[in-house]
Amino acid sequence: MQKQKRHRYVLSRQLDQFFFEVYAITKFTGQFFREVLLPPYEFREIVRQCYIVGYKSLALISLTSFITGIVFTKQSRPSLEEFGAASWLPSLVAIAIIRALAPLVTALIAAGKVGSNIGAELGSMKVTEQIDALEVSAVNPFRFLVVTRVLATTLMLPVLMLYMALIALMGAYLNIHANEQTSFPAFIQNAFQSITFLDIFSSVLKSAIYGFTIGIVACYKGFTTTRGTQGVGKAANTAVVAAMFLIFIEEMLVVQVINWFRN
Amino acid sequence: MKKRQVHINKDHVVISIRGLEKSFGKNQVLRGINLDIYQGENLVVLGRSGAGKSVLIKILAGLMRPDKGEAMVLGKNVAQLHYRELDQLRLKIGFSFQHSALYDSMTVQENLEFPLRRHAKHLSEDEIQAQVRESLKAVGLLHAMNQLPSEISGGQRKRIGIARTLILRPQIMLYDEPTAGLDPITSMEINGLINHVQRQYHTTSVIITHDLTCAKATGDRVAMLLDGQFVRVGSFEEVFTGADPRIKSFYDYNFIT
Ligand SMILES: Nc1ncnc2c1ncn2[C@@H]1O[C@H](COP(=O)(O)OP(=O)(O)O)[C@@H](O)[C@H]1O
Ligand SMILES: [Mg+2]
Repeated sequence: MQKQKRHRYVLSRQLDQFFFEVYAITKFTGQFFREVLLPPYEFREIVRQCYIVGYKSLALISLTSFITGIVFTKQSRPSLEEFGAASWLPSLVAIAIIRALAPLVTALIAAGKVGSNIGAELGSMKVTEQIDALEVSAVNPFRFLVVTRVLATTLMLPVLMLYMALIALMGAYLNIHANEQTSFPAFIQNAFQSITFLDIFSSVLKSAIYGFTIGIVACYKGFTTTRGTQGVGKAANTAVVAAMFLIFIEEMLVVQVINWFRN
Repeated sequence: MKKRQVHINKDHVVISIRGLEKSFGKNQVLRGINLDIYQGENLVVLGRSGAGKSVLIKILAGLMRPDKGEAMVLGKNVAQLHYRELDQLRLKIGFSFQHSALYDSMTVQENLEFPLRRHAKHLSEDEIQAQVRESLKAVGLLHAMNQLPSEISGGQRKRIGIARTLILRPQIMLYDEPTAGLDPITSMEINGLINHVQRQYHTTSVIITHDLTCAKATGDRVAMLLDGQFVRVGSFEEVFTGADPRIKSFYDYNFIT
């Protein structure tokens, strides 16, 4: 009897799987861009999803951004004092928060809170046949579930990022006021001295990209959930991991691109 | 319990299945299935779990595509419809899912409103509310209106799921394991509801089950799905008086457990 060739992989099991996932997510993204333009537009559902995205992450973002603001200021002070440049502290903190910290921290928190939520929600809708139920009642599940959520995360992440930056700056101000007795107007003036429109614009853009990534990855993971309730947990989990991974890669690429524009 | 006779129009074929095949990889699930289903009848598809019963009705509702053969529903070849025509057809088909598939972020009321708001745009708010109340009354669950699906029992969810699919007055009902996981008394209520739907709305129904009591109580005809084919089609008695040992063991097993 001939020995059966059971599994044949092009590279290896994990690599094949990885490239298949990349291909499938790309296809999923393509479907998003096709469906997003077609009516019916689910305005009510988009608004509802925006509300959920904001509501889910607001408390955590408020807390972490405030702490980030204080801690970052505290830790930056000694090195600036070494150069006798403590008066630059507001400006340094503002640049760090607006250019880097706010978009990244917001995205990571949203990936954890919103991404896992979407992954689990759609995953459980998938395994309990609710997605099939939508389809047989002549509702396009992709448009109703995916398009609305991806638009919501894409629109809301920039909003959350700006909110996060504001709260972080508040934290920074409290710390600076306590140490250097800087007045609020002076702090604001100093902080925004070195912030350009490009800084804010690129952070808004970055946040939108991260939001889009979180939405797409989480919806994809939810939509492709298999193997019952166990799969739901896995969908939520891998949604977060994959979204965070992509966010860091995008961060690297976007910073490169923006730096070209700066010069 | 034997079901009462109803009028079935044998000249009017509503669903026609011809040479249907479906495989998943090496797993040949359906291997050439043929069947005509008549206007107004309750057709039961019996088979053990994993036989391909759900695959069959998913093909009928256009949720899966067959590899070969065709499923004609109300004169349309489901697999070849453009998505717009498919949606038109789907509005005439009600699908009751095995786990009810109620939208768990919505209350019972919102679940029932959902199809109306999407597809009966001519209705006023009052008419929608009236219809929701009427449907809930029909399944005896008016009091559960403001509850979430997670707060009601499995049998109640099943009835709500059936009410939700009935709300657009489908011509065809597809039931996936309507009594699976329910206690005998609740199962009997569901069987009664299935028969009531048939008499009240003159729907044609396909009932997928492995529960012989359900098959006997609801089926005008029974089709036995075994090894990917209908090995026997006829009344409940006809199907189970044969000498096929595979059918006999299915029968014995059902009444022992
Ligand atoms: N989407 C799918 N992908 C792969 N295999 C499937 C899929 N759906 C069903 N199957 C397989 O088809 C067979 C029949 O499944 P199903 O129709 O659900 O059985 P049942 O008669 O219990 O409803 C099973 O072996 C199942 O594993
Ligand atoms: Mg099944």
